Amino acid sequence: MPKITMNVNGASVSAEVENRTVLSAALREEMGLTGTHIGCDTSQCGACVVHVNGKAVKACTMFAVEADGANVDTIEGQAHADGSLNIIQQAFQDHHGLQCGFCTPGMIMSAAALLKDNPKPTEAEIRDYLEGNICRCTGYQGIVNAIMAASGQSAAIAAE
Amino acid sequence: MYNFEFAKPKTVEEAASAMAAEGAQALGGGQTLLPTMKQRLASPEVLVSLTGIDGMVGVSASGGSVTIGGATTHAQVAADVAESYPALAALAANIGDPAVRNRGTVGGSLANNDPAACYPAGALGSGATITTNKRDIAADDYFQGMFETALDEGEIITSVSFPIPQKANYQKFDQPASRFALVGVFVAKTPDGVRVAVTGASNEGVYRWTAAETALNSDFSQAALEGMSGDADDMISDLHGSGAYRAHLVGVLTRRAVAACG
Ligand SMILES: Cc1cc2nc3c(=O)[nH]c(=O)nc-3n(C[C@H](O)[C@H](O)[C@H](O)COP(=O)(O)OP(=O)(O)OC[C@H]3O[C@@H](n4cnc5c(N)ncnc54)[C@H](O)[C@@H]3O)c2cc1C
Ligand code: FES
Ligand code: FES
Repeated sequence: MPKITMNVNGASVSAEVENRTVLSAALREEMGLTGTHIGCDTSQCGACVVHVNGKAVKACTMFAVEADGANVDTIEGQAHADGSLNIIQQAFQDHHGLQCGFCTPGMIMSAAALLKDNPKPTEAEIRDYLEGNICRCTGYQGIVNAIMAASGQSAAIAAE
Repeated sequence: MYNFEFAKPKTVEEAASAMAAEGAQALGGGQTLLPTMKQRLASPEVLVSLTGIDGMVGVSASGGSVTIGGATTHAQVAADVAESYPALAALAANIGDPAVRNRGTVGGSLANNDPAACYPAGALGSGATITTNKRDIAADDYFQGMFETALDEGEIITSVSFPIPQKANYQKFDQPASRFALVGVFVAKTPDGVRVAVTGASNEGVYRWTAAETALNSDFSQAALEGMSGDADDMISDLHGSGAYRAHLVGVLTRRAVAACG
């Protein structure tokens, strides 16, 4: 089996995977990083979003061998070194951006990618960017509020 | 999905020889192929990844056209042609969602020729030239019906050249669940006349709406299209929309695209 080496959340990690192993499975099953969730496994829901070389991708729809040599960031690397939540995570907690939490790792990783490119998005831009992230608990307003707050803007009070 | 051998060539020549293997298939961003393989609708024996070929990634603009490497992602196209060809940048920026745009490639989209995909409309509407490792193919000859193209077995799209029109606009009516186009219309006003390409609508895949082109050639205005719509008999009819609905949308979106051209 091919051996791949990735820099995951700042640490070099190697694993032996089959060519057909998708990145989400490599992270969860070979590296024990189960924060990356698998909702649909068909690139619809966004629960598996991670960053590969700084870009948001659906880890269920990329082969692990394609990430050989890449920098990969997952939800496990988002909190500060002392374990305290980063600004987006804290905002999700403060603004009820999650209910069951299943979609949350993907939401946070998508939000982080958005705010890197667009530090002060409008509510419409946030909704547009999250088009590929589905929340079954229908917590969208809380999610949008959290991302508004994390970008230093006052959170919308009601849906437009 | 079934396992396969994996090749990640650095040059088009290496990729072409890898593609000569029995059961070989190209891998672009995998956004279509990977789900297809999971469903076992495709089971290539060898996957030849094209995204490691530097010469197939990137955008260059010169002499009134933009040339896009076949393995360039939708996100990169959206950013890199924003100034040279804004209508094409907007098309790329509205494909799927951000994560799909960070992996999916123009070559993969055109090779797949999904009847609801956006790039086929952009390429046909612009009168693009599709360049492979073997030849140049005019967009007018390239699209041959749903999921059918002029590509031969093992042929690789290395780049696509889009002549920049005087005016152009793409209108996509989203199918919100799939995030593809329910119907999409690309209108381009070029020195050789107006081109109108329609995706998402016809059972034959992307096509040029020649009646609208004729009307717009004599008067490039919304009024010239008054009362015109697509031919419902030729339209896809499914749970998302009847043929009559799609035919209606073809007319509406074409008028909107003309209006947006200014
Ligand atoms: C949720 C979702 C939403 C989407 N929404 C849209 C949308 O709104 N509009 C739209 O247009 N598309 C949409 N797509 C499709 C997306 O654009 C795909 O990326 C694209 O159709 C295929 O490109 P790819 O690079 O991922 O190709 P792959 O999946 O890697 O390959 C697709 C096919 O093309 C072949 N191929 C790949 N590259 C080449 C090449 N350079 N030369 C020859 N053959 C090649 C492969 O062998 C395969 O048969 C969506 C996809 C998803 C998952
Ligand atoms: S699990 Fe990857 S998009 Fe749903
Ligand atoms: S919080 Fe439950 S799916 Fe989003």
